[in-house]
Amino acid sequence: MNFGFSEEQELLRATARKFFENECPSTFVRARMEEPGGVTDEFWTKLAEQGWLGLVYPEEVGGTGLGFVDLVVLMEEMGRASMPGPFFSTVLLGGLTILEAGSTAQRKEWLARIASGQAKVALALTEPSARWDAAGVTATAREEGGGFVLSGTKLFVLDAHIAEAIVVAMRTRESGRPEDGVSLFLVPRDARGLEARLLPTMDQTRKLCEVKLGDVRVGKDALVGTKDGAWPAIDRVIQRATVALCAEMCGGAQKVLDMTTDYAKIRIAFGRPIGAYQGVKHKAADMLVEVENAKSLTYYAAWAVDENSPEAPLAVSMAKAYVSDAFRRAAGNGIQLHGGIGFTWEHDLHLYFKRAKGSEFTFGDATYHRERVAQLISL
Amino acid sequence: MDFTLTPEQEALRAEVRAWLTANIPDEWVNQIVGRADVPRAEAYDFMRAWQRKLYDAGFIGLTWPKEYGGRGLTFMEELIVQEEMALAKAPPILNILGVGMAGPTIIAYGTEAQKSRYVSKILSCEEIWCQGYSEPNAGSDLASLQMRAVKDGECWVISGQKVWTSLAHVADRMMLLARTDPDAKRHKGITYFLLDMHLPGVTVKPLKQLTGDAEFNEVFLDNVRVHESEVLGGVNNGWAVGLTTLMYERLALGFGLQVRLRIALDGVVDLARRMEKDGRVITKDRIMRQKIAQLWIETEALKYTGARGITKLLKGEMPGPEASSGKMIWVDTHQRMQELAMEIEGPYSQLTRGSDWAVEGGLWQYTFLRSRANSVEGGTTEIQKNIIGERVLGLPKD
Repeated sequence: MNFGFSEEQELLRATARKFFENECPSTFVRARMEEPGGVTDEFWTKLAEQGWLGLVYPEEVGGTGLGFVDLVVLMEEMGRASMPGPFFSTVLLGGLTILEAGSTAQRKEWLARIASGQAKVALALTEPSARWDAAGVTATAREEGGGFVLSGTKLFVLDAHIAEAIVVAMRTRESGRPEDGVSLFLVPRDARGLEARLLPTMDQTRKLCEVKLGDVRVGKDALVGTKDGAWPAIDRVIQRATVALCAEMCGGAQKVLDMTTDYAKIRIAFGRPIGAYQGVKHKAADMLVEVENAKSLTYYAAWAVDENSPEAPLAVSMAKAYVSDAFRRAAGNGIQLHGGIGFTWEHDLHLYFKRAKGSEFTFGDATYHRERVAQLISL
Repeated sequence: MDFTLTPEQEALRAEVRAWLTANIPDEWVNQIVGRADVPRAEAYDFMRAWQRKLYDAGFIGLTWPKEYGGRGLTFMEELIVQEEMALAKAPPILNILGVGMAGPTIIAYGTEAQKSRYVSKILSCEEIWCQGYSEPNAGSDLASLQMRAVKDGECWVISGQKVWTSLAHVADRMMLLARTDPDAKRHKGITYFLLDMHLPGVTVKPLKQLTGDAEFNEVFLDNVRVHESEVLGGVNNGWAVGLTTLMYERLALGFGLQVRLRIALDGVVDLARRMEKDGRVITKDRIMRQKIAQLWIETEALKYTGARGITKLLKGEMPGPEASSGKMIWVDTHQRMQELAMEIEGPYSQLTRGSDWAVEGGLWQYTFLRSRANSVEGGTTEIQKNIIGERVLGLPKD
């Protein structure tokens, strides 16, 4: 047994940390927060040059062919830097969906372009019902004239406004089982009748959109995967993206702990560093325990996903439930232990506090995943 | 990252599994649901016999050197055996302090004579050990201990009092910390002795705990003459030796207690399947499902955080922050698990052993009450947080 990272993975971590310290300091993050795009072409190209946009894609489609344990290392560092931009939406949602469900031709066409930084692809899954399960897919695609007509509203869609194309999950058949009758379509963002509208978000590093589909006409070739049978692929994408998100959250939580510990060593109150007081020290110790547990569950989930272990769904839900609580609490405690300065716009803590809140509800919060755990352990 | 086992390790797993199936007594399986993580008086004889059986089969002390009764294997094999014990709901051992602390400390610091004399008898349960650290005025502040040892010829003459000493009433030996140089600074003048509990001048007075049991004790030493060959790790070096014991205690916690936690959790789930609330089985109650799932997740987190620590050990590194937080996580999770067992029982939680209305013979009432000691014994949670804050996070001392 070896529940640790390899030398190559440790090297990736060191490289990534240095890269983000240079290329993605908080001045960069803050500048992107103010812009609708959330990314610069220069930065995106550099991510591509590092090979990170195709890290988990197979080599035959232009990727690096690494696994989710490797990705976890990178995501932790991205979370540490509170990195803005469409990495998550393009690489782990849009791209991964094409990888899981797409035809050979679709994979060849899109994944190589994603990996090289030429294309951004979003995934439109959730709707105003804010459900993460198959029953949440109610927007319809009806067959007409040899193609499909798509209509409905998608909500909480990451980076749809800057994507070249959007993979949309639509209901193509009503049946007794919500998992049956879901199909995926790859739609150009400039398709007639499609409107992607950027929404103001609490976490300005994450750009969320509403995507309205008003009788959008697409050809048969827009179908990604089999008609009516896309849910298993979507399920796998959600599972994998959730692991990546957990890792990003762990990285953010660790950064908050580091900032807080550093501050507690130098901030003097009543003649001593505040870290000497047990009221502060014990809270920091609690944070460490939770952050370490969060990592343990995330690493295990990444391993389970890579191995296609039957335990993967359970491992992923355990991780997301725990990490959601842990990051939120760490970020909150970080602000508390910093005092007034922690509540300012100037200090970076709020970037993590807001990221924690947004991530908490992405792919289901702790309550949702605890119920999934309950089901998976046959309670 | 790789969770696969070598063929030898797979073989060990199969071997221990088969052995446990054949050797765990039925009457134990039938009554251990939620069984405490510590030995309980009425089961002492049973647990002594059980430990002997494990020793004869070679399933205890796997990482200990062969010449002292161990098997010279790695922590991985130890982990495999512990996991199988959890799955089989195996009983705990009696000499838990000897195996968890005394043995490893003697192996680390002992003379050849001490190792030959003591170590294998710890594993075989021929000699039970207790831990003489706490005193009435030295608990969390252990370095303020006052028990005095004065040299007289080849012997040290020791007087004073220890307290909260678990298993002292059945112990043959004690890991004893006493002050040998009263003029030295607090941590400097302490020596670690291997005390024979049967020497003249040793008096053990059981203390009744809030559970009603008397599993811990006061121990009085009145001019007890201890031969100088019973000093472990050098005169006035007791603080370093004692800390080693505590490090092994934490390691032992990482292994053994996660296993007991898993057994208790399975017990809670079984209980929840049988009990009803408002006319509905507990496992169908949305809030109770949340609570059970949360404990499940935390129990798994402890396991994987432990696995990260073990990986470091296997690579020859010292345990990092993962290991030092193990006790805290365990305590917190276990106490809430016991609280949940009470919540599941509802009004029935009031009934204890002796009532034919008591659930599962009142077993959970005992384990619930006993769990309150978890955050005090073996270093309070407050002390654990100081250790993590100062030694792991590098925060300044109070």
